Formats: sequence, C-alpha cells, structure tokens
Amino acid sequence: MSADATGHRISTETPSRMLPRDEQSANRLVVANLWVAVVAFGVAAAMAMMQAISRANLELPYRSASMYYMSVTAHGVLMGLVFTTFFIMGLGYAIAQKENGAIPWPRFSWAMFWLALAGVVMALATVFTFKSSVLYTFYPPLQAHPLFYIGLTLLVVGSWGWAASMVTAWRRARAARPGRPVSLAMHSTTANAMLWLLATIGVASEMLFQLIPWSLGLVKTVDPLLARTLFWYFGHPLVYFWILPAYTIWYTVLPREAGGKLFSEPLGRMVFALFLVFSTPVGLHHQFQDPGIPASWKLLHTFNTMIISFPSLVTAFTIVASLEVAGRLRGGTGLFGWIRALPWGNPTVSSVLLACLLFMVGGFGGAVNAAYALNSVVHNTAWITAHFHLTVGSAAALTFMGTCYWLVPRVTGRELELKLLAKVQPYLWFLGMALFSFTGHVAGLLGLPRRVFATGYNDAAQAQAWHTLTSVSALGGVVLFASAGFFVLVMLGTLLAGERREQPPIVWADSLGRPESGYVSGIWDRLGLWFAVAVVLVVIAYAIPLWDLMHLTRYGSPGFKPF
Amino acid sequence: MNVDLYERIWMWIVVVMLTLFFASTAMAALGHQMHPPSHVETIDPRTAMSGPKFRPQGVSVDEAGHVHAKVIGLMFAWLPGEMTLPAMTPVTFHLTSTDVIHGFEIVRTNGQSMVVPGYVSQFTTEFDAGEYLIACNEYCGVGHHTMSAKLHVVPRGQWRSPAPEAANVR
Repeated sequence: MSADATGHRISTETPSRMLPRDEQSANRLVVANLWVAVVAFGVAAAMAMMQAISRANLELPYRSASMYYMSVTAHGVLMGLVFTTFFIMGLGYAIAQKENGAIPWPRFSWAMFWLALAGVVMALATVFTFKSSVLYTFYPPLQAHPLFYIGLTLLVVGSWGWAASMVTAWRRARAARPGRPVSLAMHSTTANAMLWLLATIGVASEMLFQLIPWSLGLVKTVDPLLARTLFWYFGHPLVYFWILPAYTIWYTVLPREAGGKLFSEPLGRMVFALFLVFSTPVGLHHQFQDPGIPASWKLLHTFNTMIISFPSLVTAFTIVASLEVAGRLRGGTGLFGWIRALPWGNPTVSSVLLACLLFMVGGFGGAVNAAYALNSVVHNTAWITAHFHLTVGSAAALTFMGTCYWLVPRVTGRELELKLLAKVQPYLWFLGMALFSFTGHVAGLLGLPRRVFATGYNDAAQAQAWHTLTSVSALGGVVLFASAGFFVLVMLGTLLAGERREQPPIVWADSLGRPESGYVSGIWDRLGLWFAVAVVLVVIAYAIPLWDLMHLTRYGSPGFKPF
Repeated sequence: MNVDLYERIWMWIVVVMLTLFFASTAMAALGHQMHPPSHVETIDPRTAMSGPKFRPQGVSVDEAGHVHAKVIGLMFAWLPGEMTLPAMTPVTFHLTSTDVIHGFEIVRTNGQSMVVPGYVSQFTTEFDAGEYLIACNEYCGVGHHTMSAKLHVVPRGQWRSPAPEAANVR
C-alpha cells in the first residue's frame, strides 16, 4: 500500500518526517524482530514443501527419512516458535511505542532480543546437523542435543523480557491517564503477554527440571508422561499466544483498513480478558489418548475448552459486523452486496479476510479435536496437521503476513515494494491451504498418521486410499511455497530497497457508538485481576492431577536418539 | 456495558450451543461411560518385555471368556506383528513401550492410544470383520513410518481362541 489509511497518497519526494530518537530506536527494534521472523518463515516454508512432496511418495534429491524428520523438526521450530514469537514481539513493541511514545527499558529489550536470537541460532545449529530430530514437541525419551533445549529456553527467557516490557508499558499507560482505558491494541497485547508468562511456566519447568539436566547426563532418567503434561500445560495457551495478536489486528486494524469502524469495542475488551482466564486450564485435551491420567480430569479440561470457544464466537460476530459496516460505508447494498464492496485488492485486508474464512473451518475442526469421544478417531492423524494449518498456519500466519504489509511501511518509512506480488500472495495462500488442508482432513479421517516420511505401508489396502489425497496435498504444498516466496520477496524488497517516504502513522480503528467523552475504564480492563483468576483456575485444573502423577510409582526413561 | 441487541442475541445463541455441547459430552461420558483410554498403571520399561504382565504377547482369553490383546511397541515394530480377533466382540488392548513414546492406531477405527514407556495403556473396543492396518501415529524416530502391524478380524464363528496355556495370564 502506498496510500495511508485514509486513502491519501503521499508524494515520495516529501522529506522524511523527523522522528524523535526514542521512536527511531523502538522502530529499529520492531524491524529487527520482523527480520528474524521473515527469515525463519522463508526457511521453514521451503522445508514444508519438501515434506508435502515426500508424503506423496515422490522422489526428491537428498530425500531420506532422516532428512525428512530433521526438516519436520526445523519447520515446526522455525514456524511455531521462531516466526510467531519474533513477529509477536515486534508487533508488541510497535503497539507499546504507539501507546506511550516510547517503549520501557529499550536497552534491556535489545539485550533480550539478542539473547532470544542467540538461543534460536544455538538450537537450530543442532537441528541442522541432525543431532536434534525430536520435532518441535520434543517429547522425551527422544533426546536432543543439550544445546537444543538450552537454546529454546533462552528464546523463552528473551520472550519473558518482552512480556515484562509489555506489562510495564500497559501500567505506564494506565498511570498516565487515570480512569481511562488503554487502547484496545495495548489491552490485548498485555493480556497476551500475561497469558504467555503464565503458560511458559510449564515448558520452563520441563526444560529446567527435566530435559536440560537429563540431556547433560546429570540425571539418568525422566518421566515422559510428566514431561508431556508440562508441555501441554504450555502447548495449548501457546496457540492462543499465536492467535491473540491476529485478533488484535482483526479488532484494531482491519475495520479501518477496510474503510469502516469496529462494531463493539467494550466486548473486545471482555474477549481478551476471557482468553487470559481460560487459555491455560485446558491442556489435557491434548492428552485424551494418554495413559496415566484419570478420565475425570480430562473431562474437566474438556468443559474448560468449550468455555474458551465463547470469546472466539463473540469475536466472529464483532468482526463480521465491523466488515459489514465497512462494506456499507463503501456503498455496498443488499444482503451480501457489502461483501463485494470490501477492498479485496488491499493485501492487508484480503489476507485477514481469507485468514478469517480459513479459520472458520479450522474452528469447526477444533471442536472435533476437543470433543471428548470423537478425539479417538482423529488423534495424531493428518486431520490434526490439517487443522492447525488453518488456525496457526492461516488465521495467525496469514494475518501476520497481511500485518507486515501494513506495519513495515509504518516503522521503516519505506514504501511497500513488489505490490503486485503482495496482492496475489494471500489468494495463493488461500488456494494452497485449501488444497493442503481439505485433503489432510479427509486423509486423517481415513487414518493417515501425521508426521510420516512415506505413506506406503507395504501397500496395505487401507494405505492405498491415502495416495490421491497426499498427491493433491503436495500440490497444495507447492502453491503455499510460491505464496510464501512472494511474501519473503515483498518483505526483502521493502526492507532493503523500498522507496523512502514520509512515515505514515499507526492509527487504530475507530469504534462505532463510542461515547463523546470516551470510554471509562471498567472491570474488563483490570487485567491484573483476571490474571489472578487465571492462576486460581490453573491451580484447580492442574494441582491434583500433577500431584497424583508425581505420587505414582514411576519408572523414568533414559534417552534415545533414533535419528 | 452497552451491547447491541443483535450481538446480545448472538451471545445467547452461543450460550445455548455450548450448553448443548456440555450436555451431550456429559451424557456420553457419565451416562454411557464413553471415555478416552485413561488407565492408570505403571510398569518398569526395562522388564516389561519379559515380565508377567505382557506375557504372552498377542491374543488371549481370560476365565470369563473376555478377549485380551497384549501389544508391546518398540522402535520400530509392534509385537506381535500380526493378530487375529473375532468380529463384534469386545476386545481389551493392553499396551506399553520399552523405549520411546509410540502411538497405537488401528486405522479407520476408534481403537487407538498413546503408548508411553513406564505406563500401561488400556482400552476396549470392537470391530467389523476385515483387514486392518495398525500404524504408529506418534513420531518415534527415523523408522516411524515403517512401524506397523496387521490385524485380521474374522466373523466370530470362524475365530479360534488361542491355545489354552495362553489363557491363564492376566
């Protein structure tokens, strides 16, 4: 987009707006985070295409099982942990900068950035040398190189620095305007940072008390079930950590970019507070098929999981209503005419709209995964992979790409380059994901296990039913790779060679029916309170099952490295 | 908080929908006792293979006539690699691993469970007659995609229970 939010085109000859030094420094930090995200994304996308082709049993140069499982590990770590986390940190700093005119403790934030990056490099070095093909879920007793665990722990520690910075920015904003709520963007970012602090306790405990000492040989064995439980304590809120920044964009950027207003801001504040409360005490729904955990606790987590769909369904209404406002303001009429009137050629808007469409399908699939009895049919099949490529791989990742098209010109003062590629890219992603994901869901229902190098199974009759599906899925993988390549090219072109011009400001969407005097801070703005409620729920949901697990006669496992 | 009428209606629809979800899950779980495999029992993975719990591996019938299948997962095979079971008969599977985590999946059925070293998994299900592939659905190393077994399910009349000495375990 060369036009700013109001559609006003700015001449490229205008000299750069002089930015205060603090803002320049904050913007540099945002850009540094986005760089890491974009590079991670590009590498991971290349591996993904290779995997999709391998599952279709097509030969590739250097194709081997150990290459495949190494590449699945790299793809999961780079996409799920690196691309997302660095993008989310970059977006968070931009939001905090916009809120207060400065970010708290810039030097500390830079130090944390370098710490996280060093951790990532360390972990990836062991992955690419085939020493850590344990996948991004790293379930013991598969044992990676110690630096894999230490590196990922440093990434988490670095992200804690970010989370502390977000909470501090939020407190400063509240102190500066007593009685007035912070912007919805700051509110949601802070809720997400608090959620992250609560969630990462699980994975940090797994790393520090189990995996790091075990991989260094300081202890001989670990309990794999305890490790799985700690991982999924973290693993489910991790998906909300990915999704909430996408929701932030849907609430605070999309309505304005689409030419309208946010339908309901107060409910948006409620939605993010509810996510903070309910994201964590649900992890056992990833362990339905695990032994050693009584059914009663799995059932409690199932009910909690249903509650967490409430804020998502409220969001669905608000976002569609905001889009209708935009479509009608742009002259759309009739029952569906407003949909056509939306700016489908604006890559930020089309990314988000297509991400929302894919997310609706992903949401229904998620209800199946979390269903207490149905899970037995889909657990660990290609259905699951297909599902989360619609949620994190589309709702979050496609929104993040669309957000980059909007954010990068606003933090670099560079015009978006290769705009045609940017326009096509979201549609290619949609097409590729539709092919990949539809076939994955069907193949999963037909029993195809996830994460397999080849799907032949010695020509077993049941395995032959997967063949056509994995071929179409591979085609989807190729289309997705083209889309990812376009995104990376647009980003590199913009970051390195985008024409310099006046930096357009970040402006949040107005909300419909905002009172003349502005909103007054209410119960949903008290995130500290909701954090406390979340802690109580976590204790209720996890204290007894963990206690019971720890008091079984357990036999630990030594490490295995079958890769 | 000022909430639009339509949005209020939508939120009530959502509440009703979630209540139905709650009710149906509670009925399935508490009324029909439909639970995912959640057996709590531990076992030493070093001696699981030779210990009494998993001997003999494969199919057996207990005193009450109930059919059991005992399976051990290890890199990269299920032991035994081939089993024959009667159709339309409840079968209880007992599973454990001697090395890493595996996923026992009888393709196109609801028969599946994670198999974790140090723990005994257990579930009961029944099958239509046919040929089934048993796969591993949890990544367990470089041979993960080769880890499989065969299950033949034959009509009950044609099924022969295994040798009697296999029956006295459990």
